[in-house]
This record gives sequence, C-alpha cells and structure tokens, in this order.
Amino acid sequence: MSRPPRRSIRGRRARSAVMVGLTVVASILATLPLLLILGLLIQKGASSLSWDFFTAMPKPVGETGGGMANAILGTVMLIAIASSIGLPVGIGAGLYLAEHRGTKFAFLVRFLSDVLNGLPSIVVGIFAWQFLVRPVKHFSALAGGIALAAMMIPLVTRTTEEMIRLVPASLREAALALGYPRWRTSLTIVLRTALPGIVTGALVAVARIAGETAPLLFTAFGNQFWSTSVNEPISALPIQIFTYAISPYDEWHSLAWAGALVLLALVLVISLVARFATRSRFRGGHD
Amino acid sequence: MTEHAVAELPVANAPIPAAEPRVAVHSLDAYFGAQRVVRGATVDFNEGQVTAIIGPSGCGKSTLLRCLNRMHETVPTARVEGEVLLDGRDIYAREVNAIQVRRRIGMVFQRPTPFPTMSIRDNVVAGLRADGRKAPSRAEQDEIAVWALQRAALWDEVKDRLRDSALALSGGQQQRLCIARALATKPRVLLLDEPTASLDPLSTQKVEELVYELRGEVTIVMVTHNMQQAARVSDRTAFMLHGELVEVAPTSRLFTTPGDERTEAYITGRFG
Repeated sequence: MSRPPRRSIRGRRARSAVMVGLTVVASILATLPLLLILGLLIQKGASSLSWDFFTAMPKPVGETGGGMANAILGTVMLIAIASSIGLPVGIGAGLYLAEHRGTKFAFLVRFLSDVLNGLPSIVVGIFAWQFLVRPVKHFSALAGGIALAAMMIPLVTRTTEEMIRLVPASLREAALALGYPRWRTSLTIVLRTALPGIVTGALVAVARIAGETAPLLFTAFGNQFWSTSVNEPISALPIQIFTYAISPYDEWHSLAWAGALVLLALVLVISLVARFATRSRFRGGHD
Repeated sequence: MTEHAVAELPVANAPIPAAEPRVAVHSLDAYFGAQRVVRGATVDFNEGQVTAIIGPSGCGKSTLLRCLNRMHETVPTARVEGEVLLDGRDIYAREVNAIQVRRRIGMVFQRPTPFPTMSIRDNVVAGLRADGRKAPSRAEQDEIAVWALQRAALWDEVKDRLRDSALALSGGQQQRLCIARALATKPRVLLLDEPTASLDPLSTQKVEELVYELRGEVTIVMVTHNMQQAARVSDRTAFMLHGELVEVAPTSRLFTTPGDERTEAYITGRFG
C-alpha cells in the first residue's frame, strides 16, 4: 500500500478529533440524567431527611414531621420475599439454559424469558392481583413479593445464562475428566467460576425491583400502619412516594422527595456492593 | 522402580519395560453423528510404557484418546462402538460407570485448564474431591498435594505460594499443575492430548522430561502432532490417518523402518 499524501493526514486528524469529541459529549449526556436527578433530589429532599424519616411512622395530614419507617421496612421485606423466590428460580433456570442450550425446551424458555423481561410491570401487577389477591380477597406483602419475583426471574435467568456461557468449555471438560459427575461439575466448577458475574446480575435485578411501583399497586397495596405480616397489605417506598407526591399537601411533597432520595441511595449502595463483592479473592491473580 | 528406566537418555532405542497391555482397544469405532472419525482401531497400550499417537490434523487421534476414558461421549451426538479393556474389563460394558472410569485414568489437555476459583493447592487435590463423600482429610490432601507437585516437577517453583491463584502461574507451570492434578488421584493410566501444543520450547522440554520420568510407573498415551516429540519420549508409536490406525510399532522401528508406505510418506514429510 502506498503512503497517503501528507495533506490528508491533517484532515484525518481533525475528523478523528471531531468524532472523539462527539462520543465524549454523548458519554456525558448518557450520565447526565443520573447527576441531574441526584442533584434535584438532594436539593428538594435533603431538608426533610432526618432521623425521624427512618424511625417514625407517617403522621396524619396537618401534623408536621413523621417518617417512612413502615415503608422502608416494607421495601426490605418485599425485596427479601422477591429475592428468596426469584434468585433460586432465576439462577436455576439460567444454569439449565446454559447447560442444555441446544434443546427445544431451552429455546422456548429463553424466548419466553425475553418476552417476560419486556413485559410492562403494570401487567405483572394485574396478573398477580388476579391470581394472588382476588382468590384470598385481600392485598398482601406476599402477593407483592411474588409479583416482584416474577419481574426478577427473567432478568436473573438471562444474566446467569450469559455468565455461565462465558466459562470456557475446557474447564468443564477438565472436571469431567477428573471424574466429577455432571451435576458436581456444574455446581462446583462452572457455577463457582461464573459466580462473580451471577452475583452482579442478581444485585442489578434487586436494584431494579427495589424501585418498582406498578406491580405493587394491586398487590402489596400500601399501608399507613406498621405491619410485619406477609399476609397483610404492606407499604413500600415507591408506593409511599407515589401517594405523597399526588397529595395536595406541601409537607407530604417534601417527604416524597426525601423518599425518592432514600430509594436512589439504596439502589446506589446495592450497585456499589455488586462492584466490590465480585472482586477476585486472590490478590495476586487476575480475573 | 523408575530408577533404571530413567537411566537411559530418551532416545528411540531405550529399553522397553515389560510389555503387558494395561489398556487394550479392540475394533473401536467412534462417531460424531453419522460421521465415523475412528475406524476399527485395534491397539494395546502396554503397562508402564509411553505410547505416542501421531498423524495429521483431523485424523482422529484425539478422538481415539478420548475414547479411552469415555470423554468422547460427553460431546452431544458422539458415540462409540467396540471394546476398550482396562485391566481386562470393558469400560463400555453396561454395568460400568463412566465416572468411575475417569477417576482411574488421568487426562491432560492441549491448553492448561487450572480451575480459576481455586488456589494452586486446591487445584492439585481437586480430583480427590470429585466424590464428596470419600474425600481424604485435609492433612492427607496436603501430603498428596506435595507428592503430586514433586512428581510433576513443580514443587520447587510453587512451594511458597500454594494458596495463591493458579492463574498467577505461567502457561508451562499451569500445564505441569494440570499434570500434578491428574497424578494426585494416582491413576495407572495418563492420557495427554497434545500437552505441549500451547507451550514455549523450554516448558515443552520440561513436560517431555516429566513424561519420560513417569514412564514405568504410569501407562501413558500421548497424542502429539510433533514427530520429534514422539521419537524423543515414546516407547511405541501409533500412526493414524483418516480415522484409521495405520501402524503401531516400537518407536525406533516406526521411524526407521516403517511397515506401511503411508507411514513412511508421513514421517518423511511428504504430506501432513
């Protein structure tokens, strides 16, 4: 190949600089919403954040102060219920998909998972209401947790599958050649190797459902009182934020801002944990 | 018992230990789907000897090797017909469990396959824990790890960092770690599938020396695309072509006076 004329090199450099500049601008725009939201929430919500917000119950209209202790507890309970159902099912299904990727059944499950992943959350909520709330004739934390689990499962299934498929087939072969049974190979070699990625996927799924509102509207419903029962309606941060935000009271509006800030902080913390939890346990090695 | 076996340099006419088949293959066919990649192979692998399988790429040598510990059948659509006798018992008999077979036969692959979540020490003893119920005690495992690493000529290089990640080792060290892992369960047969294909010359030499030292203790079957390697380390050599086992003979004879003109064409470099 002949050397391009000198003249065009300057032109290429200039075009390269413009393109790099454009992608940098795009990168800034991509992260800008998060920064703006964080700024707005701090500005509007930080003033209402106090110790009371985390420990006190909501106060009736007209009284100042009050907190969201019940909603915070509710969110924690809903996440716990959803995770205890969603993580085992999702990871199990993902393991199946990765190990039996070629079968018709795997193809079907993978396709349905993708559809479920794209399903509007309000639809999941209505479905859960029809099958979990209507038959027993009352809202419950359990119904809310199951609705959230249904949102979590396809997400966890697909990330688990992807992470397991990243494990080289040669590792599986090596374990089989050592006389590991298939199931033990899957669990102690393949799943162990993929674990950091699976944990990240699981935490991303938890962060995702922590802020879901629509599936809870007809299931967990919300509750103005302290409740720890899985059979009773329960409050959750997103529901409480929604209720307060559409109310006509300024006091409630600022509590809604504070609630949104707490929710965002929760998601941030989960994401950070995901980053740190998945670092290699070996200092000398690379992953 | 290895002492006098190692006394001679690894040249083709080194003394051959007592010839008694530990693994006997009898009219073996191996398939991927409808494609027959090993055609009617019959060969004995003798006790304590190193047998090299050579042949051009795609001739079925790796597949034949993988039939010896029932790894071939782990690939979907793969199947095997014929007999493989390990100490006189057919490993493909209906009552024989593939997992039991694999525990008695060690295998090392083309690329090193250390388990990335395990330390060096845990990698070596991984095979001992293949069956959760019968795992030896920690102290016994430590002892076996030292023994296996010494056998694999890796001990001096890793003795101070047994708890580090196995991925911190170089490629050649990783491959010797895999050999140590295969030896830790004290198999009588060791299968090597182009064990030096991904290694530099110095690491290759170390692995070859190791293979030569293990002669006499372990029955070794080694697939290699490198004829010089076969000549250097093996007692007997098998030549395969298009799925067919053309010739099996003592290495010195196969490389000097081959009995089949296809063998001669291959070893003189006329194809492959």
